[in-house]
Amino acid sequence: MEFFSHQTSYPFMATRKVWYTLSAVLMVVSLASFFTRGLNLGIDFTGGVSAEVSFPRAVNADDVRARLTASGFADPQVRAFGSARDISIRLPPAAKQTATEIRARLETVVKGVDPAATVAQLAVVGPQVGNELKVSAMWALFFTLLLIFGYIAFRFHTWRLSAGAIFAVLHDPILVLGFFALTQMSFDLAVVAAILAVIGYSLNDTVVVFDRIRERFESNRRSPSDVILDQSINQTLSRTIMTKVVTSIVVVALLFLGGAVLKGFSAALLIGIIAGTYSSIYISSAIALDFGLTAEHVFPSVKKEALDHLP
Amino acid sequence: MLEYARWKYILVAAVLLLALLFALPNFFGEDPALQVARKDHNAVDTGASQTVEAFLTQRGVHFLKSYIDNGRLMVRFANVPDQLAARDAVNEQFNGTYITALSFAPRMPEFLRALGLRPMPLGLDLRGGLYLLYQVDVNAAVAQALDGYAQSARRALAAVNIPVTDVTAVAAGTNAVRVVLPATADVGAAKNALNSVFQGLTVSSESLTSGSAITGVLTTAQIRERQDYAIQQNITTLRNRVNELGVSEPIVQRQGIDRINVQLPGVQNSAEVKDILGRVATLEWRLVDTQDSPVEALQTGRVPLGYKLYTHTPSGQPVLLKREVIATGDELTNATSGTSQTGPAVNVKLDARGGDSMLKTTRANVDKPMAVVLIEKRRETSDVDGKKVARDVTDEQVISIATIRGIFSNDFQVTGLTAGEARDLALLMRSGSLATPIYPIEERAVGPSLGRDNIDKGVTALIVGMTGVFLFMAIYYKTFGLVADLVLLANVVLLAALLSMMHQVLSLPGIAGIILTVGMAVDANVLIYERIREEVRKGVSPQAAIRAGFEKAFSAIADSNITTLIAGVVLWVFGTGPIRGFAIVLTFGIATSMFTSLMGSRALLTLMYGGRRKLARLSI
Repeated sequence: MEFFSHQTSYPFMATRKVWYTLSAVLMVVSLASFFTRGLNLGIDFTGGVSAEVSFPRAVNADDVRARLTASGFADPQVRAFGSARDISIRLPPAAKQTATEIRARLETVVKGVDPAATVAQLAVVGPQVGNELKVSAMWALFFTLLLIFGYIAFRFHTWRLSAGAIFAVLHDPILVLGFFALTQMSFDLAVVAAILAVIGYSLNDTVVVFDRIRERFESNRRSPSDVILDQSINQTLSRTIMTKVVTSIVVVALLFLGGAVLKGFSAALLIGIIAGTYSSIYISSAIALDFGLTAEHVFPSVKKEALDHLP
Repeated sequence: MLEYARWKYILVAAVLLLALLFALPNFFGEDPALQVARKDHNAVDTGASQTVEAFLTQRGVHFLKSYIDNGRLMVRFANVPDQLAARDAVNEQFNGTYITALSFAPRMPEFLRALGLRPMPLGLDLRGGLYLLYQVDVNAAVAQALDGYAQSARRALAAVNIPVTDVTAVAAGTNAVRVVLPATADVGAAKNALNSVFQGLTVSSESLTSGSAITGVLTTAQIRERQDYAIQQNITTLRNRVNELGVSEPIVQRQGIDRINVQLPGVQNSAEVKDILGRVATLEWRLVDTQDSPVEALQTGRVPLGYKLYTHTPSGQPVLLKREVIATGDELTNATSGTSQTGPAVNVKLDARGGDSMLKTTRANVDKPMAVVLIEKRRETSDVDGKKVARDVTDEQVISIATIRGIFSNDFQVTGLTAGEARDLALLMRSGSLATPIYPIEERAVGPSLGRDNIDKGVTALIVGMTGVFLFMAIYYKTFGLVADLVLLANVVLLAALLSMMHQVLSLPGIAGIILTVGMAVDANVLIYERIREEVRKGVSPQAAIRAGFEKAFSAIADSNITTLIAGVVLWVFGTGPIRGFAIVLTFGIATSMFTSLMGSRALLTLMYGGRRKLARLSI
């Protein structure tokens, strides 16, 4: 079986303005919703108390919220996750109360709703932990970008390809962030891990295309750059699609079967994989072309040396 | 012809066989178990294990197997009710000698355990338990060190009769000790006197309107050393206390610069745990009474005036100690185990005050024994008439008695120990001496049922996803797809083996990392096979196509994996908690997937197609 029995020859470079526009629109929408709506940050980032309560039968979240407020819990966020029997409760950071104390108070409240209710999970996180996570995630992203820029520039002899790769690396997480801002799905540490994996995947794709570009330039220095880039992307297209389909099988299984804990993670991965495939096919090489990539950059011609060292 | 070097075949086979062995313990699953440890930290011996076994049989509690693991008795049960019944029975019968803990024990056969193999431990999100994150007040540690310098400086100047206006330790911002002298003081002499005290510090002096000042500043390296020491000391203390709790497979580790995370599987009650972990302990050095008989004092209950009766913990013998304290744990600056000319030893360092006192004592008491007492204060809660009553309990133990062999002050050795005893004593001294303040900043309790649920769902997703991938590969690439499936399987086994070997805790993000690794391994295979197909389309002979496929795909696989590896390593370094767990799995996964898809699949394909002379076409 083959998806691409004949070699395709889509004109990716000639149509690149269309893809740039599409990307620009998606990124603007993502950034706009990120800045206007913000992310629904999980407890890992905000600090506070997070609890998961299981009820034997479906309950009304508003009812639980009202009871929590009545028993002195300020500003509780109550939501059903998975089914209406599993309720997630978020409370602002509690001063000087141990998890056991909060759990006991919480248990009294939920048992008032249904005597058979149980508190399945409870976490108390200090806000400064959250702040530090933001900082360390930023540093991680910064160093990843820096090192990858350096590595690609070293292996492919030109910063133009590095620039293309870095653009793709920024492009994909922005779309994932936009997705999370739009849907207001809970943004927790697992999602951060997923975004970082997306960066890895997207890079993987981009570098495979670059590898083919390097190879095409080596065997054919005369052809114009846009022809070489089109050929390279078309020749790796079968592999790009194939790999993404296979990886998506696993991610989709995670999304639907992995339970509530892995939902955000797998959703982020799926969006990221789609965005990454798109950016490595349509965007990253095109950017290198617009920066003026030629065979000369990837394979500098050897300077003619003098015949001998004698004067 | 297609060939592959023999040593590469051997390497692939050897690595995979070893991996299979190391990964094997993970496939047997776990049984509920009871862990029984001695309260005095000694190892449980076979005699004790037989006693417990006989007792359980007599009580009619059915157990599957029992064995000694790391000085603790593990008893495995078929189900949880048996496990709980056994715990209650053992606690009731042997209270005081043994501490029990509910736990899980791998179901693997005896020979695997004999080889020292273990399955990957499961993280709290998968198993349930308590997670605590402590903040260590490292600034207090630096301030303590500065206070020590200030005290020594005062003493050194007083010893040579130099008048002092003020000596202050400034921790915030400057990390300096400042000695202010009046105009009448001889600055040169003061500097000389302070020379040995301020050794290693950056010393400067300035003249003031009312006299002069000498300032010693801690170097960055010294500050870091001091902070590291404080963290290490706290980790040791916490680890000892966690062991006392009787929790099985606890994790106590440093996180970042000034954090310690404690993971206690199976523990649900955080109040009790935090109480025990947060308590304070200290050490005292005292002289031993060599004239009166401690046995007599114990029997008659009459203790000589100025003495106090203790029990020497290692031997269990009674001992009389002078009430006067020579030095305390506050004055201990470091204790490490090492070797002296006469054998293993503990190197002890005290601050100036402790050193002075030690000098005076040893001068007068050469060849007499000296004892180290560990004093612990903790809060114990008990039920009195249904009400919780808390009281402070002080525990005093004599952890070591040694003879004074000469005159010494703040730097001395305790000898006459075995290497193991020296290590333990140094650890006890360090963990006993007053730790830098710590306070909890994060705690999470995961219910065991949620953990179970997480595992089940994660594993189901993994199996469904993998089956989907296997089917897809087999349909898309036919025979080659089946080869890829084998390679993927080998990759998962190899990764599981590596993680088990490193005793890396497996948590949810880790499972996600494994799934991602499968994606990377698929990618490598796809790259190779697509290349082979391209070559076949060009009309190249099958075997040449295979060779060319591997050759041409190599740079793409290497470059793309290395870029992802860069991301993985950065996350490993910068990430904490779950991100770090994910990054570790991802990093190892990239390595194993490169090995299996480049070497493993090459070996297999060469074995299948290499020797066939009349190979018309490939099933790809």
